[in-house]
Amino acid sequence: MEDALLLARIQFAANITFHILFPTITIALAWVLLYFRVKFTRTGDEAWMEAYRFWVKVFALSFGLGVVSGITMSFQFGTNWPGFMERVGDVAGPLLAYEVLTAFFLEAAFLGIMLFGEKRVSPLMHTLATVFVAVGTTLSAFWILVLNSWMQTPVGFEIIDGVVTPTDWLAIIFNPSMPYRLTHMLLASGLTVAFLIAGISALRWLWGDRREGVMKPLRFGVILGAVLIPAQIVAGDMHGLNTFEHQPAKVAAMEGAWETKSHAPLVLFGWPDDESRENHFEIAIPSLASIILTHSAEGVVPGLNDFVTAEGEVLHPPVTPVFFAFRIMIGVGVLMLAVSWAVGWRIWSQGGPGLWGARALVAMTFSGWVATVAGWYVTEIGRQPWLVTGVLQTHEAVAPHAAPVVAVSLTAYLAIYVFLLAAYIGAILHLARKATADRGGAPGRGPVALPAPAYAKPD
Amino acid sequence: MDYPLHDWLPLAFAALMGLSILAYVVLDGFDLGVGVLSIFATEKERDVMIGSIGPFWDANETWLVLAVGLLLVAFPAAHGEILVRLYLPATLLLIALILRGVAFEFRSKAPVATKRLWDYTFFAGSLLAALAQGYMLAIYILALDDSFEAAAFGLLTALCLACAYAFIGATWLIAKTEGDLQLKSVEWGRRTLWFAALGMGLISLVTPFASQRIFEKWFGFPEIILLAPLPLMTLGLFVALVLLLRQAPFPQDRWAWAPFVLTIIVFCLGFVGLGYSFFPYVVPESMTIWEAAAGRGSLAIILVGALVTLPIIVFYNIYAYKVFGGKATALRYE
Repeated sequence: MEDALLLARIQFAANITFHILFPTITIALAWVLLYFRVKFTRTGDEAWMEAYRFWVKVFALSFGLGVVSGITMSFQFGTNWPGFMERVGDVAGPLLAYEVLTAFFLEAAFLGIMLFGEKRVSPLMHTLATVFVAVGTTLSAFWILVLNSWMQTPVGFEIIDGVVTPTDWLAIIFNPSMPYRLTHMLLASGLTVAFLIAGISALRWLWGDRREGVMKPLRFGVILGAVLIPAQIVAGDMHGLNTFEHQPAKVAAMEGAWETKSHAPLVLFGWPDDESRENHFEIAIPSLASIILTHSAEGVVPGLNDFVTAEGEVLHPPVTPVFFAFRIMIGVGVLMLAVSWAVGWRIWSQGGPGLWGARALVAMTFSGWVATVAGWYVTEIGRQPWLVTGVLQTHEAVAPHAAPVVAVSLTAYLAIYVFLLAAYIGAILHLARKATADRGGAPGRGPVALPAPAYAKPD
Repeated sequence: MDYPLHDWLPLAFAALMGLSILAYVVLDGFDLGVGVLSIFATEKERDVMIGSIGPFWDANETWLVLAVGLLLVAFPAAHGEILVRLYLPATLLLIALILRGVAFEFRSKAPVATKRLWDYTFFAGSLLAALAQGYMLAIYILALDDSFEAAAFGLLTALCLACAYAFIGATWLIAKTEGDLQLKSVEWGRRTLWFAALGMGLISLVTPFASQRIFEKWFGFPEIILLAPLPLMTLGLFVALVLLLRQAPFPQDRWAWAPFVLTIIVFCLGFVGLGYSFFPYVVPESMTIWEAAAGRGSLAIILVGALVTLPIIVFYNIYAYKVFGGKATALRYE
């Protein structure tokens, strides 16, 4: 039974990890496409429309993958976690229903028109279709994050005969962690798209394709990244303080703090050991965790040992994965800040990213994915052992499948996801190569190997 | 049997869910069918076939999300019960839908050398999705029976449903294509029609004999007389389809839409029959819609959202079909 639970959790994690990659792109990319579209309408500059046509294909690809991996999610609740809806269905149900209805609202018609309808409807209708798709993806994200936040910080309900019954829908929707989590996720989406656009454009720049149709999105991506990353750092910090208030066990796992104490140190690095309940190889700055979390060196930071009951039941998350996922997220964030500002400065002062700037951007192409997934692991593993904090534990909700059954389905999903992820990245690179080749560039070779095209801007 | 009709919310949601399933079966039915048929076409024809469903498949598939979503949020206990029992075919269905959906995108965006691979994936995914749905339908009809006989009936139904999808796909192509491909589609329609009819006959026979309760609902008196028009109309429509396809295509492309429209009506009649058989159960013979329904307060909130958005969804769906009306061509992003 233990194994089946773990496998079911890994399967859900695999499915939702794969799924979130694509909404993370489409949420922000829809707005970026709208920006390109409006820029073209305003200026009549073909370069904007060229950027639109290239990125709308990436959007279609990402949307398709998001749709099919999303269908899996709606089945998973029933196939593997029937206890979830039985206990909290009266809260989760309406939120999920609104998500499906809004997602559907946009998919029903506008995506087809946005993708294939440019020549079939008026420019205004085409722009409007893009607006509706953008609004729809964001609304979808809103409802899902409301539900997820409610699972983290549940309020506005009472328990009648073991079933969670909503009493205050406004409190449920605007639950304590929702505004922070929503902001954090929307910014994450913006950053993911910023670095994706900058990275792919930089790759084409390295291939020698330096026309405005490439340079405009390149500059746009770098500037968007440079603007959003400080905002994300502030939002992330506020989100962390909010978590400290409502889910202290999660923050303790993120910090690797076992003992409750004042003058709590900030652990920069270490190797948490869930068995012996201590950190190995710890490097820490004294009192800094207390200062960050409570704004006072005297402040008391609760440790993980506070979340073990007298009977020995562990009510805090496993520390190692949360601890490392948190550091990966922060690390990528710092890299984003460094790269976007350095390259942004280079473009500002010299008009182009420069060889190493472009290479750095290419290396960061999918950095948004890494940070987003790591962040979700922090918050989702950090919620354990609870499925809904204080209300329902994960093991109570799982379906009674035998472990081998889940193992078979999990293996199939994993194999397909790895294959599709490779195909997705391959397809984006292929689109980039084709777009460059169609315009006389030479994909796959360095810029040094060929003379810069006459229309390329001097760098 | 007396139903607590004053407690009408579960009934409203059963109706909404039923309509979503019907919309899904018709709409994704034809595009899955086009996928099944795509293997028999030449490369150029395949581009047109896929172009004919390109702007719609996302939306069509979302009806499934809505249907399963409504089952999940309105009848949570039934959602768990049904999907836990149908775990493996449901997993197969999902994998098939994933493969098919991505193949659709990749075949136009990946390198030409891999287009072949994605074409096969598109076919295999479409076929597997249709088979899995047929199997799940059969097991559901047999009240989630997991015996060997049930599995055998499941496999047979799976084949028949795949043919029924291929058939409605063929009739869609008759309407949306011209020339050689249209002739081919007529031929596909002629061949798959018989299996579609066989499947429907099979289900109509097995359903009443699988359950005493359903048997009495159909063959009691006066039900047998009141319900007689249902099978008779279906039979009449099949005869009309046979005659139409024998002559099609007609000069000036007249009646090109007739086979598709008639097939939709056949699907609807079949659906009404199934709905009548199972009502008021959402898990056959064990859980009624009233027993499985979520809290009424939550249902009311969902209903408000559904009543606001669904008419708009239907309206814009129709608008999209109008924008992409006329004969299909290979897809272009413009």
